[in-house]
Amino acid sequence: MKVMALTGNEAVAEAMRQINPDVVAAYPITPQTELMHRFTEFVADGLVDTEMVLVESEHSALSATVGASAAGARAMTATSSQGLALMWEILYIAAGLRLPIVMPVVNRALSAPINIHGDHSDTMGARDSGWIQIFSENAQEAYDNTIIAVRIAEHPDILLPVMVTMDGFIISHTMERVEVLDDDVVKNFIGEYNPKYKLLDVKNPVTMGPLDLQDYYFEHKRAQAEAMENAYKLIKEIDEEYYKISGRRYSYVEPYEIDDADIILISLGSTAGTIKDVVDELRLKGLKVGGLKIRVYRPFPRDEIKEFLSNASVVGVMDRAIAFGSPCGPVCLDVKASLQGTSLSNLPIVNYIYGLGGRDITPKDIIKIFNELEKVRISGEVPNLPRYVGVRGEENYIEQKAKLKIKN
Amino acid sequence: MNELKKWFELPVGAVIDEPGNAIKYKTGSWRTFKPVLDKSKCNDCLICWIYCPDNSIIVQDGKLIGFDYEHCKGCGICAEVCPDKSKAITMVLEHQ
Ligand code: SF4
Ligand code: SF4
Repeated sequence: MKVMALTGNEAVAEAMRQINPDVVAAYPITPQTELMHRFTEFVADGLVDTEMVLVESEHSALSATVGASAAGARAMTATSSQGLALMWEILYIAAGLRLPIVMPVVNRALSAPINIHGDHSDTMGARDSGWIQIFSENAQEAYDNTIIAVRIAEHPDILLPVMVTMDGFIISHTMERVEVLDDDVVKNFIGEYNPKYKLLDVKNPVTMGPLDLQDYYFEHKRAQAEAMENAYKLIKEIDEEYYKISGRRYSYVEPYEIDDADIILISLGSTAGTIKDVVDELRLKGLKVGGLKIRVYRPFPRDEIKEFLSNASVVGVMDRAIAFGSPCGPVCLDVKASLQGTSLSNLPIVNYIYGLGGRDITPKDIIKIFNELEKVRISGEVPNLPRYVGVRGEENYIEQKAKLKIKN
Repeated sequence: MNELKKWFELPVGAVIDEPGNAIKYKTGSWRTFKPVLDKSKCNDCLICWIYCPDNSIIVQDGKLIGFDYEHCKGCGICAEVCPDKSKAITMVLEHQ
C-alpha cells in the first residue's frame, strides 16, 4: 500500500492501471477527459497491456466496449453528461446482453443550457437502464469502488454492467490523499476474467443479441431483473472481501451518527461528506441529527433504508437532479417507495433539490435544511413538493405562495 | 417450436449456444403470400435456391422439388428472381 496525492480522475485512472483491462474505448468529455488522459499515458508508457481504442463518439465508445466484452475481453470505458446521453441506446444493450463492463462516470449536468459542472442529472437518467450504480463520496471511494465494481460486474450470478460515479470537479479535479493498494493485491482480488460465452471462441460458436420476440423477450428481461436482485444479495460479500485486503469497509449505505438521530438527511456523492461535517457541528449544539449516505443506488438498498430510518422523526432527501414532472426527485421517490406499506409509511419526508450545474452546496445551506426539518418535526407540517435549495428567488416564491394560502 | 422454457432456464443474456437451432424456429406462420410452383415451367436453374434468404427452396438431386413451408416467410424473392422465360413461381394469398 502507498499513499498518493491524487485527484478523483487520477485515482480512478490508477485503479484502471491496476485492473489492466484488455480493451478500453473512449472519447473525451469534460470532466472525464483528465481520467482518460492519464490512462492513455499508462498505455503509451507500456504500463498496461490494454488495447486502447480511440473512437469518434461516446455511442461508438460504448459500442466498441460492448463488442470487446462480447468477444471475451475485460473491457472498460468512462464518460460524463452528454457522453452518457449519447450512449443511451447502447447502455440498454450492454445490460441486456449481460456484459460485465465497468464504466466510471464523472457526474456533470445535462444540456441545455450547456454546463460542464457537477450534478447527478446524467446518471439519474440512466438509473433504470439495467446498470448497477455506485456513488463515491471522495477520490478514495472512487478508487475503491472501481476495483470492487469489476468483481461485482463479473460475478457469475450477477453479470451486469456497473457505473461508478463521482461528482464532476468536486471530486474529479480535487486532489486528495488516496491510499493505493499494491498492484498484485488488486490483481489477485479481481482475478482472471473467464466468461462463459465468448464471440471469439470459434470452437464453441454462439450468437449474441439475436431477435427475441413475444415468446422469449419477457423471460430474458425477467432474468435480467433477477440479476439485479442477485447483485443486491451479493455486493455485501464482495465488499467484505475488499475490506480484508484494504481495511476499508463499504456497504450499500453509510449511516452517520444515526442511532439516536431524530432528523436524518439522505444524500449521495460528495455532499454526504459536507453533511457529516454539519452533523458534527450541530451535535455539539445538542441537536439530534444524522446523515445517511446511499453508496449503492442501483440496486436500491430498500431494506437498509427502512432499517436506518426506523427511529427517525423526520427525514430529508437530497436530490442533485430534477425528475421533471415527477412528484419528487429520483432518490426521494425511491426512499418513499421503500417505506410505503411499512410501519414507516407516514414518516414525514421532505425532498431537497440542490446543486444543479455545479451550484455550491455549503454547510450553511445544510444547516438551514436541518433547521427547516426541525420545524417540520415540531409542526408536523410537511411540504408536498420538493424544496429548491440555493436557487435565487425560491424564498420570495414560497412567501408569495404562503400569502395566497397555497399549500405546497 | 418445442416446449417453451421458463425464464430461469435460459442462457444468460439471450445467448444462443446451440449453432443452427434456427431450424427449430418455425417462421412459416409469418407468411401473407405463399410461393406456388408450376413445375411444368421450371427448368431447374436454381436461381431461386441461391436467392432464398430462408433456405426454404427444397432441392433434391439438383432439381427443385418444392418449398419448406414451415420456414418460408413468403418474401416473394424466389418468384421475383425466377427468369422471365420461366416465371414458374406465383405468389398466392395465404388464406384464400
Ligand atoms: S417466398 Fe421467400 S422465403 Fe419463401 S421460398 Fe421464396 S424466397 Fe424463400
Ligand atoms: S428460378 Fe424458376 S426456373 Fe429456376 S429453379 Fe427456381 S422456379 Fe425453377
